[in-house]
Amino acid sequence: MAELQFREAIREAIDEEMAREEKVFIMGEEVAEYNGAYKATEGLLDKYGYKRVIDTPISELGFAGIGVGAAMNGLRPIVEFMTFNFAVLAADQIINHASKAGYMTGGQISMPIVFRGPNASAGQLGATHSVAYDSMYAHFPGLKVIYTSEPDDAKGLLKSAIRDDNPVLFMESEQMYGMKGEVSEEEDYIIPIGKGKIKREGSDVTVVAHGKMYHVAKQAAAQLEKDGVDVEIIDPRTVKPLDLPLIVESIKKTNRCVVVDEAHPFAGFAAEIGFLIQREAFDYLDAPVQRVTLPDVNAPFAKNLFDAWLPDAKQVIDAVNQVTYRN
Amino acid sequence: MAKKKKDDINFAPRGIGDEKDGAVQKGVDLPNPTKKKHKSLGLSEDDLKAMYEQMYLQRRFEERAMQQYQKGKFGGFLHLYIGQEAISTGTVFALNDDDDIITAYRDHGWGLCRGITANEGMAELFGKKTGCSKGKGGSMHFAKTENHFWGGYGIVGGHIPIGGGLAFANKYNQNGRISATFFGDGAVDQGALHETFNIANLWKLPAIFAVENNGYSMGTAARRHTVTEIVDRAKAYGMKSKVVNGMDVFSVYEAMKEVSKEVRESSEPYFLEIRTYRYRGHSMSDPQKYRTKEELETYQKNDPIERLKSYLLDEKILKEDEIQEIEEKVEQEVLDAVEFADNSDFPDEEALYDDMFTEDEPYFHN
Repeated sequence: MAELQFREAIREAIDEEMAREEKVFIMGEEVAEYNGAYKATEGLLDKYGYKRVIDTPISELGFAGIGVGAAMNGLRPIVEFMTFNFAVLAADQIINHASKAGYMTGGQISMPIVFRGPNASAGQLGATHSVAYDSMYAHFPGLKVIYTSEPDDAKGLLKSAIRDDNPVLFMESEQMYGMKGEVSEEEDYIIPIGKGKIKREGSDVTVVAHGKMYHVAKQAAAQLEKDGVDVEIIDPRTVKPLDLPLIVESIKKTNRCVVVDEAHPFAGFAAEIGFLIQREAFDYLDAPVQRVTLPDVNAPFAKNLFDAWLPDAKQVIDAVNQVTYRN
Repeated sequence: MAKKKKDDINFAPRGIGDEKDGAVQKGVDLPNPTKKKHKSLGLSEDDLKAMYEQMYLQRRFEERAMQQYQKGKFGGFLHLYIGQEAISTGTVFALNDDDDIITAYRDHGWGLCRGITANEGMAELFGKKTGCSKGKGGSMHFAKTENHFWGGYGIVGGHIPIGGGLAFANKYNQNGRISATFFGDGAVDQGALHETFNIANLWKLPAIFAVENNGYSMGTAARRHTVTEIVDRAKAYGMKSKVVNGMDVFSVYEAMKEVSKEVRESSEPYFLEIRTYRYRGHSMSDPQKYRTKEELETYQKNDPIERLKSYLLDEKILKEDEIQEIEEKVEQEVLDAVEFADNSDFPDEEALYDDMFTEDEPYFHN
């Protein structure tokens, strides 16, 4: 194992796949000369040149669409968005074109494209820079959605995403790029898309959390351990396809579940998991499933309001206490 | 300073606002057609016969499709290309067969011209499994990628960046191919066009972008929805451009021959405003109150098919009976296509889940 920052794990994945396959290229705002807004692409321009590491104008719709056309015509683009908050401008290409062109033409078109970049909030950036989009994109058929929490997952899953012949959204976090973690040094390290991971084994309650929220859940679990509550944390890693069996198996053991999600509550990941658990594990539940999400409110700027807005360990602990009837 | 009267303000779209007797002029001004004859354009007599057959096929295919639609044989939208056939035909004859073509939802003519058979096309309209897109796309989504026809797309302007992407891949692979992206005049106001034009010239993409300006974006006259002439969109992005008479197949062919050569050699994008006229409504449910019958008749006098027919007769390339022979052959082909579509099966129910992903057993959430 090697200790790498999140951004280094991402860079290694891109670098390895670019070295392996000439058709892979990366484009986006500031990816080349600037070495990446968050340095995820540092050094790639020097190594691969301007043909394969391409700075774009600030035209999300335009360059996402050029990526879609290039993917249709045989290339394997990695389209970087400076944040998925800006990818809203490119939503027509992702939702109407990348996910649908193959189906509408009766399978004549394949779409090997990765859209990647940071997702969700990153501190006091105001309402338009703070939305978690993984649930929204997972709503649409034809897209695969990944939002990882640790460098090792990021490396293995990004390599899979780049090799996938379907459109994949790969989500990161501004606040996690500098986070260090052990990353497998296995040659050609691949994690299959759609496989979750038990990140912490426990017997009292299952907490499902992915992306940045995994770390909130982890913090809560450490606190709860002191109180004698043994939390199992499942990180689905891939939002869609979802590793539902892993979650259900865990609930069969713990009989209680809290879902922690960085999206707003309505029709989000937590809502979906809640529905699936009642359908698949109804007889195993000793308490109603609880969720910790953002409120149905835009991201505020003021520090105190922002802190109240973003799910934290305390909210997770409260939810765990609720499902274990400890309050 | 005198206050403005309240009624001075209105937001009625004026566009380029060229007025005559107080009314905004509608339709399009057709530039003069080329004076060149087929030989100096490099077209053989066989080419002309094939062009005539192709244009007549596009026309009759759609006229029959319209009948079938009215009989309730299929549903959905039906946007007819009738009147614009010289553009698809002149272009396809001018480009190389492996150049990449992509268009909007008025796509039947383009598909037929790029090798979708009348059977495959009609069956697609009927939503049958034998259709070019296996009944998954319908009227707006004809495609035949093996012939480098990437399809019709239903979001106005949404395929313009994709056309740029086709060219990007061609340049990346240095395969000598160019892309040609067609769209209607309504699409020129979309941000997708502007972003793509900027990037296309920034990255020197070997791409032709061509607006088929048929005078109306649905019911809004081009002259009411766009400031400046459409062709001038190119100026802002330093792109070369020209206006072409789209009612004359020779003019389209000549322009496409020249422009494709230049784009291929220079690897620089080019914008064409091809002026034309659609005879039918925007779709089948359009009462066409935004234009006069007289206006339509004026353009029909420039009908591209009649024009080529007159040329063939005047130049003694074909006799009346030989033309009739072509027409009868096409008529039969189209009638056979209707029968084929009618007799074909709808897709199997399992096909609902096919073609979503490339895996043999993909994941479907439920």
